[in-house]
Amino acid sequence: MTVVSRKEYIGVPRDRVENFNGKQLIYVSWDQHLLFAASFLLCLPPETCFRDMVEQNLVALIEADPDAALVEWDKVVWLKGNEAWKPDWEASLADNGINHKAHLRFQTPGLNTVCG
Amino acid sequence: MDTPVNKKKLSLKEKYSYLTRDLAWEPSYQKKEDLFPYATYEGIKVHDWSKWEDPFRLTMDAYWKYQAEKERKFYAIIDAFAQNNGHLKLTDARYLSALKIFLQAISPGEYAAHKGFARTGREFPGVGPQVACQMQAIDEIRHAQTQIHAMSNYNKFYNGFHGFADQRDRIWYTSVPRSFFDDAMASGPFEFMIAIGFSFEYVLTNLLFVPFMSGAAYNGDMSTVTFGFSAQSDEARHMTLGLECIKFMLEQDPDNVPIVQKWIDKWFWRGFRVLGLVSTMMDYMLPKRVMSWREAWDIYGEENGNALFNDLARYGIRPPKGWGDAAEAVDHMSHQFMLALYQWNFGTAFHSWIPSDNDMDWLSKKYPNTFDKYYRPRWEHIKKLEANGTPFKNYGLAKNCQTCQLPCVFTEPGDPTTLCHRETEYKGEHYHFCSDHCRDIFQEEPEKYVQAWLPMPQLFQEPINGDLEAWMKWVSLVDGEDNGDYQGSHDQTSFEKWREMATSN
Ligand SMILES: [Fe+2]
Ligand SMILES: [Fe+2]
Ligand SMILES: [Zn+2]
Repeated sequence: MTVVSRKEYIGVPRDRVENFNGKQLIYVSWDQHLLFAASFLLCLPPETCFRDMVEQNLVALIEADPDAALVEWDKVVWLKGNEAWKPDWEASLADNGINHKAHLRFQTPGLNTVCG
Repeated sequence: MDTPVNKKKLSLKEKYSYLTRDLAWEPSYQKKEDLFPYATYEGIKVHDWSKWEDPFRLTMDAYWKYQAEKERKFYAIIDAFAQNNGHLKLTDARYLSALKIFLQAISPGEYAAHKGFARTGREFPGVGPQVACQMQAIDEIRHAQTQIHAMSNYNKFYNGFHGFADQRDRIWYTSVPRSFFDDAMASGPFEFMIAIGFSFEYVLTNLLFVPFMSGAAYNGDMSTVTFGFSAQSDEARHMTLGLECIKFMLEQDPDNVPIVQKWIDKWFWRGFRVLGLVSTMMDYMLPKRVMSWREAWDIYGEENGNALFNDLARYGIRPPKGWGDAAEAVDHMSHQFMLALYQWNFGTAFHSWIPSDNDMDWLSKKYPNTFDKYYRPRWEHIKKLEANGTPFKNYGLAKNCQTCQLPCVFTEPGDPTTLCHRETEYKGEHYHFCSDHCRDIFQEEPEKYVQAWLPMPQLFQEPINGDLEAWMKWVSLVDGEDNGDYQGSHDQTSFEKWREMATSN
């Protein structure tokens, strides 16, 4: 049973990709860096290049952490959907298989000034 | 000449049976299933509605009399409070943040409970619970009203009180109680009774009201203390109704036990997430603190909860599945949640602040195993950023939990340094959760929870489309007045100025 109901009931998701005017949602979080209370929510076109997402969006968001300037992006370990994964920096989000509401985590072993 | 004979007064027992049980009738030209179409689809089996016990035996006439008396007293005190500038007797205007959260998040829940009980009273086929639910429906609308009236006096002087009705529906941190009540109201009558009557009223009310009302008393807020007292005798009745309902279900048929257990698991966890808001009030927002959230949990959660679940064990009921994870989270949740409220305080219709050194010492004493190790360093860093003229704001917005609808700010059980990320896929869409328990709730009824209205993703849809200014207008938040740091706020300067005027020449 997918819902307890008197007759068949089909729910309509409120945040389908069609509702975002050609963009999609992406969640990104920095493991062991809990100065930021939760995963960041980004809303970008699926054609966005992975490198642009990091350099133009993510870098600004993590600035307040003292480790931010020390991140060596080419050594960062990535996870997608909680599983090990390697991005193609020059490819788009779509070509990287980062679909609507995908969740990315990145790890920077050795960096943990404020918490970790 | 005839002398009028005084008719013998009805005994209480007679009155009770005339005014409650005798109100029921057996339908003669309609089928019972057509009159009560929602009574069976949840799978709860009831063989004999007359077994329902009403320990209060309250009848409507007596009920009106008591409630009217309480209303008279309540409004007399509220009037006196307003006339005597009661708001200047507060310990400090920082206290108002706790009240604003209460008004935006909890009072609308009273109104939702009113609607839910009115509906549930109609849907139950037995007259005992029909009457009890009807009274509780009236209690709950009275609670919403007295709370709004009590706090309306603060609205004349301070920011952040004016938009509570819009904020209930639209702002991000109230979506946890809103979704709690929406979920309960979209359930059948029996699940509603477990959700509100049992989980909320019986298991969790003490954790919400007792500390909150003592907080009000400690901080000089007589108007809140007054609505607390006015609601207290109702709450005793509500708790009894919740307990009676659960025992009734368990006694009617053994097949009900696993269904009830599933609901206890679900609603305990949903209620515990709502209490996250309360934990921040207790540990961070009261200028004069009553007890820590941890201490409140030990007294009202742990002790009462254990007694209750020992009592229910004879029916084959065990404590809620999330109980152990909750007990562990109690040492972390207020800190994790308060850090979140602070970094997103451009989007809160109340003020927050960096805890003072004094506050932080109190927190280390109350949380010896967690505060200094995990949370003090974050606050110290935030303090440093503030001192350097680059105050910390997190414009990244947040991932919301599909079930409890809070930002996913909670950490892994057993590892307070790692955020808890849970996800699942349903019909080709990703869904995210703050915890195993929220994910389990989704997986029981995905077709219900896919519909969740999540406040953060919503910001990027119509009519807001990612425009923060438009969003503020839409949630009735006045930028620079209602939101941001307490330091330098209108609330701070007004309170200090008026108090000075009231206490000097
Ligand atoms: Fe209430
Ligand atoms: Fe109640
Ligand atoms: Zn959750």
